[in-house]
Formats: sequence, structure tokens, C-alpha cells
Amino acid sequence: MTVADVLLLALGAVAVGSGAAVVTSTHLVRSGLYLVISLGAVAGLYLVLGAELVAWVQILVYVGAVVVLLLFAVMLTRAPIGPSRDLDRPAWPALIVGGGVGLGLAALLTDAFRWTLYDRPAPGTAERMGTQIFGQWVLPFEVLSILLLAALVGAIVLSRPDIGARKGDEA
Amino acid sequence: MHAVIPYVTGALLFGLGVYGVLRRRNAILVLMAVELMLNAVNLILVTADAAVRATLVGVQIESWAYPNGRPGHSGGVFALFVIVLAAAEVGVGLAIVLQYYRMRRAVHVDEVALHHDDEQVSR
Repeated sequence: MTVADVLLLALGAVAVGSGAAVVTSTHLVRSGLYLVISLGAVAGLYLVLGAELVAWVQILVYVGAVVVLLLFAVMLTRAPIGPSRDLDRPAWPALIVGGGVGLGLAALLTDAFRWTLYDRPAPGTAERMGTQIFGQWVLPFEVLSILLLAALVGAIVLSRPDIGARKGDEA
Repeated sequence: MHAVIPYVTGALLFGLGVYGVLRRRNAILVLMAVELMLNAVNLILVTADAAVRATLVGVQIESWAYPNGRPGHSGGVFALFVIVLAAAEVGVGLAIVLQYYRMRRAVHVDEVALHHDDEQVSR
């Protein structure tokens, strides 16, 4: 057990614990705020694993943009502030499938990598990651830019009521 | 550093995400659970990038797969791609959820009518 192992264990416990709070909380807004804690702990895991740029992008994009978007949607759908009773379906199928997937994958990975030890890798700074992205992975990068543009246009078209409306039903 | 700790963390986070997708009725909470699953996959990608070379002892690295020389940080690059995909997914998903809320005043995913209904506005 090294210092990195202890850090990984602690951050992993925080991530899994607040992830469990995300899927079990009865407050909509609290679910979103627990999601912030879980994503932040995963960003800490990236830092310990040596992926610096991924950790900062995780903080910027996930915690900064995606969670804020989710909380905006919570407010725009007029969610109640207090606890809501109608958030959940019956637990047993979800418990069987989710627990089976999680524990099965955990058992599989434990069996495969039980004794694997590795040295701390070279940190993935912006320079090294940029060399990889714009050298080896430049075509997927450009395809992703097209996908982002398509998603942007699609979101605008979906949320404007006057595009694609038939005559007679003005929303 | 033990490779098993982040791997098991990722597996448990993925299981929690599956549980949340199946359990929740509110569409926004389903999207949050999907974010948990995407994060678990990212964590496993980054861990594999750091640890897989310690697993493959004595395996020759194929020269045709790495035109730039030594491989490195490919898992991190894929994690970045998945983060971008998650941002696009959440944008379009929330647009659909808000449009559905505007039409029906509800965001419960198990009450979405799958059959075609002529009286109601379908778009």
C-alpha cells in the first residue's frame, strides 16, 4: 500500500458513495449536487492516475457545464424543492440487474488484475495529449467536431416551437 | 500502485448507473445515472492506459498500430472523446425532455405513450 493506493481508495469510496446517493436520493436537486461530488472524486482519481488534462477537462465540462445544464432542466420542469415520492419504480428488477452488472464486473476485473502492480505513469500533460490527439487521433477529433455541430443544431431545432410546426397548431 | 482499485471503483460506478437508469422514473434523474455510467467507462479507460503495459509483459508492440512511435495516453484521448460525446448527449437529451415537458407537463419516462395518438400534438 503506497500513498497513491490510499488516495485511490479514499477517492473511490467518495465516488461510489456519492454515486449511490445520486441514484437513491428523494430530492431532485440533492441528486444533482451529489453528482457534483461524485464527478469531482472521479477527477481526483484521474489526477492520481496521471491523466492531468482529462481531470481538468472533467472539472470544466462535467462539473462546470453538464451538471449546471441538468440543474437548469430540474428548475425548468418545475421540480419541487422538498422530497418527492414519485421518483422511483419498484426496486427489485433494477436491484437484480444493476447489482448483478456491478458485482459481476467487479469480480471479473478483480480476478483479472488482482496482482497487477504498475509504476506511476508519466503525467498526461496538455502537450503530450495534444501530440496524441493531433497526430494519431486527428480524424476522430474532426468527426467529433461535426457531431457537436449536429447536436447543437438538433438541440436548437428541438427546443424552438416554431420550427417544423404544422399549420393550425401554434404551440 | 495496485491496478485493481480503480478498476473495481469503475465497475461499481457502472453498476450504480445501471441501477439508476432502471429505477428512476424522472427523465432528468435517468440522464444523471447515464452520466455515472459514462464516467465509469472513462475511469476504466484511463486506468487501462496507465496499467495495461504492466499486464502485457513480454508482448511485442505492433509497429503498424503506432505510426508515431511509442504508444501513450491513448486511453486519456478516448476519455476526452467520451466526455465530448456525453456533453452532446446531455444537450440533445435535455432538449427532448424539455420539449416533452412543454407538451405533457410531466417528465416521467414510464408514462410516455409509445403508440400514435391522433388527437394529441405529435412532433
